[in-house]
Amino acid sequence: MSSPLPNSFRSGPDERGHFGTFGGRFVAETLMPLILDLEAAYKAAKADPSFAAEMKGYLRDYVGRPSPLYFAERLTEHLGGAKIYFKREELNHTGSHKVNNVLGQIMVARRMGKKRIIAETGAGQHGVATATLCARFGLECIVYMGAVDVARQQPNVIRMEMLGAKVVPVQSGSRTLKDAMNDALRDWVTNVENTFYCIGTIAGPHPYPAMVRDFQSIIGEETRVQMQEAEGRLPDSLFACIGGGSNAMGLFHPFLDDPSVEIFGVEAAGHGLTQLHAASIAGGRAGVLHGNRTYLLMDHDGQIQDAHSISAGLDYPGIGPEHAWLHETGRVTYLSATDDEALEAFQLLSRLEGIIPALETAHAIAKVMQLAPKRPRDHLMVVNLSGRGDKDIPQVGDILKGRQK
Amino acid sequence: MTTRIDTRFAELKKQGRSAFVTFIMAGDPDLATSLEIIKTLPHAGADIIEIGMPFTDPMADGPSIQAAGLRALKAGTTLKKTLDLVRAFRKDDTATPLVLMGYYNPIFIYGVDAFLADAKSAGVDGLIIVDLPPEEDDELCLPAMRAGLNFIRLATPTTDDKRLPAVLANTSGFVYYVSITGITGAASADSSKVAAAVARIKRHTKLPVCVGFGIRTPDQARATASAANGAVVGTALVDVLRDSLDAEGRATSGTVNAVADMVRSLAQGVRAAPQAAE
Repeated sequence: MSSPLPNSFRSGPDERGHFGTFGGRFVAETLMPLILDLEAAYKAAKADPSFAAEMKGYLRDYVGRPSPLYFAERLTEHLGGAKIYFKREELNHTGSHKVNNVLGQIMVARRMGKKRIIAETGAGQHGVATATLCARFGLECIVYMGAVDVARQQPNVIRMEMLGAKVVPVQSGSRTLKDAMNDALRDWVTNVENTFYCIGTIAGPHPYPAMVRDFQSIIGEETRVQMQEAEGRLPDSLFACIGGGSNAMGLFHPFLDDPSVEIFGVEAAGHGLTQLHAASIAGGRAGVLHGNRTYLLMDHDGQIQDAHSISAGLDYPGIGPEHAWLHETGRVTYLSATDDEALEAFQLLSRLEGIIPALETAHAIAKVMQLAPKRPRDHLMVVNLSGRGDKDIPQVGDILKGRQK
Repeated sequence: MTTRIDTRFAELKKQGRSAFVTFIMAGDPDLATSLEIIKTLPHAGADIIEIGMPFTDPMADGPSIQAAGLRALKAGTTLKKTLDLVRAFRKDDTATPLVLMGYYNPIFIYGVDAFLADAKSAGVDGLIIVDLPPEEDDELCLPAMRAGLNFIRLATPTTDDKRLPAVLANTSGFVYYVSITGITGAASADSSKVAAAVARIKRHTKLPVCVGFGIRTPDQARATASAANGAVVGTALVDVLRDSLDAEGRATSGTVNAVADMVRSLAQGVRAAPQAAE
């Protein structure tokens, strides 16, 4: 990087939504006025103490926050190195970190008077969280989900429908998360007057990446306080899996200006980085898609390539623009874990700690398994347990059964 | 700077009629056929030609144009080959304005400066880039103007009077009014609303205003052409092209004529329209 490092890693984006050269507002004109309205509405909400108070109440009584910071004693013993803590986001209502962001966006949508909510979903965790809060606040909910993901994440499809949402299987393109986002954007362009697009990750046009990050930052803020209580100091390293990167950014952001804290994001390496994968930092380059400039998987002509991951939630050919910037500045180290490594971590965590993680989360655990043994016993390592694996049980069960044969 | 687009609108004004603007995807269903189609368009009555640059993720397009883009990509179309297509067309036709339409990423990856230089030398006159609003003018709009290409902006029903000046500020060639909030190929707006919208835009600019989205019949083309300086048809042509393909999606002996016939009948609609009041 030729440009000097910033004084703070926490001050972005600028008023045009840029994190360094990443981010921005690359959307059709039809959406632009609404995006400006949203930016104004979010700014007003942030400045309104009653918004924060309302959020606080729902986060405590409906979501169940704060989520615990749990010492994973048996995993620590097993790996024989760093002292490993889990930030238990999987204990939130709806089973993942996604609810933190959805609650915030639904509150903003209510302030804007929008009654129709649309969302894209990969694994279905964001869809479930959106369907849940729409049920709670009496809003119409339409969830776009790639047809491939509808098939591999059936439990979440059934949950969304039980909650009253309409799940639209997306048949275009690779029929996964990227295509769900395309169709959600097409719906939004068509129904722009009455519709709020609740984006599930820290991507999309400004102000989404910043807004979603702000709503997820409660993860890292709580972690700071809880680690202080548990150990009397800051953690030494942080780990989180990354599709778009919202659970990771939620944990990382409050620690970005603490240089003693090493930060690791884990992308999905699928079958391996030389084959089909979803690791846009490891295997991609800067481009423009879905409203922002960021790292993307694409061919020499700028055509977007299909991602592959065993986990539907990471199966996306891009990453949030703030991660792209944190990569370029070197503040965060981006690693990747393969399908097989994630499956192994999934099983290990289930048996050692009695916690069945989401396949997404298992990618972060996989890298902890590699790096924790290399760290001293007084090294404090925090992993974001971003989601629980109930939704993955049928899929993982089938894979393991297939391997026994 | 005066481009072929400016010259064409000046000619049409003298003739007292509106422009017929046709859209066809480069490389759909293959590069040779699409070159043949594009060559026949002016003879069939097209005044301005928009050539789609295929992209895997066209977020403002409906199923027809999405499918056309995928057919083109499957046939090996790249941005470089799209520019080759323009160059081949220009060998025989130096008058018909050509506008490239698409999404930013393939251009960004090609390299903005290289793309503008190559597009200009190939004979491109203007660009319509769906995902570049005025907020991102530094990316391509301003460099395109400096390179002597028109940057044609989309205005939509959500572009209110407060926002119009910003949308029009760096627009040249013409303004493309998208008559509905929606994706390409969706239902059309009724013509009284279109006339009011065009009048609203004309209060802010002297540029010609062309209207598109949802025009499928000669009657609709006539109605739109009488309310604006031009009518844009895309999905209807892409659908006719698709219907002419064989079961494997390959061109047949009827493909070029099918599109040309449709263009002729729509052009009659446009030419039957009384010219819009200035």
